[in-house]
Amino acid sequence: MIYIGIFITFVFINNFILTQFLGICPFIGVSKNVESAVGMGFAVIFVMSIATLATWIIYHWILVPLDLTFLRTISFILVIASLVQLVEMVIQKVSPALYKALGIYLPLITTNCAVMGMAVIAVQNNYNALESFIAGFSAGVGFLLAIVLMSTIREKLDTEWIPKPFQGVSIAFITGGLMAMAFMAFDKTLLNNLFPGL
Amino acid sequence: MSIISALYALGVVGVLGLLFGSGLAIASRVLAVEKDRRIEEVEAVLPGINCGACGFAGCAAYAEGMVKQDAEISLCSPGGQEVMVALGRILGKEVDLSKEKMVAQVHCRGNRERSVYKFDYKGVEDCVSAHILFGGDKVCPYGCLGLGSCIKICPVDAISYDDDNCVWVDKDICISCGKCVDICPTNVIRMIPYSADRIVACNSTDKGGVTKKYCTVGCIGCKLCEKKSPEGGFQVENFLATIDYSHKGEREEAAKACPPKCIIAADKK
Repeated sequence: MIYIGIFITFVFINNFILTQFLGICPFIGVSKNVESAVGMGFAVIFVMSIATLATWIIYHWILVPLDLTFLRTISFILVIASLVQLVEMVIQKVSPALYKALGIYLPLITTNCAVMGMAVIAVQNNYNALESFIAGFSAGVGFLLAIVLMSTIREKLDTEWIPKPFQGVSIAFITGGLMAMAFMAFDKTLLNNLFPGL
Repeated sequence: MSIISALYALGVVGVLGLLFGSGLAIASRVLAVEKDRRIEEVEAVLPGINCGACGFAGCAAYAEGMVKQDAEISLCSPGGQEVMVALGRILGKEVDLSKEKMVAQVHCRGNRERSVYKFDYKGVEDCVSAHILFGGDKVCPYGCLGLGSCIKICPVDAISYDDDNCVWVDKDICISCGKCVDICPTNVIRMIPYSADRIVACNSTDKGGVTKKYCTVGCIGCKLCEKKSPEGGFQVENFLATIDYSHKGEREEAAKACPPKCIIAADKK
């Protein structure tokens, strides 16, 4: 049950973009059309899941035993950056089709603050390895949800008449703000009502 | 915090960095993907300014297009003949050297003193915006609006204001990408051969009398140039003289005779 709780928490209640406001850069930058938004979303799911797992391993097997938890940030950056690089190379070798779909987005999110934030939050919440992995995956799904919603709205906005000062990024920010307000409806009480046992 | 833990920290980050670094180095060797060598060679030859004049997204995309999709090798205008020859050598294609490099030039010398303005434009410093408002602030609807949209879009800074406050293209810097020609709302920028000695610096197709009223350096379509330099390729159509540069005859007599003095040297006004 705790896994479902984590999933709902990171997809809806603590959605990285719309309630925590992390990873806004790709959210605005890559949400111009649905196709690339989906690509970006899956790349984030992928990177967040494995990065959270890998940083958990580094943190609990190296930093905690040596009492070096203050090195958390720098070592996480190191781990995530090289991991993403490695994954990019593997994908390019193994599956050129997947590389074409995901590859160009991977370097963009190397040490995106959402990825970094997820790793830190997983450690702060004292998750175990599997919980960390699930949390990373869920946060990625939350990112996918937000960016796909945003890109469909922006595609619709393209055909609408928008006053000049609001065109482009301005209206995107306003849209994002309204979406964030909508996501405020998801909170802990909702989760408790839905799953009293959690 | 003791010195020991500082050393530990140094060691851990150092070892982690070393491990990841060497891991990546090994991985890049093991997982190296064979790229078509020719794409890299072609890309190295291209100018690399990503101007997009070839119609591809950039130099890398054009290189891939040439190798994989058999795109024309003559599309790179900034590179000119040198690049075309090099591309032909790499890709084993025939090179057609008959085409001469074209450069953009502003065919208008009207400025604040020489032309008549119908109102004071105080809007956005952009020719396209100005042109939307009654075709610009000049009475002449064909001339240079002088707000420098071409100056801003030029990828190599070949366009600037000269001493007369007119917009002028330096033909030695121009890479003939044609971006200024596309953006100019009055189409006063046209492409001329690099070797051109004279241009008719006017774009007005109004009758002579009308042109005279709003501009002192506008072509009035008097056909004197056709008479004075019959071999120069001058043609007057719609009260505007143009030069057919396939004619190689002299054009000096026409330039001297031109009443509004709008036949000017193409390299320096």
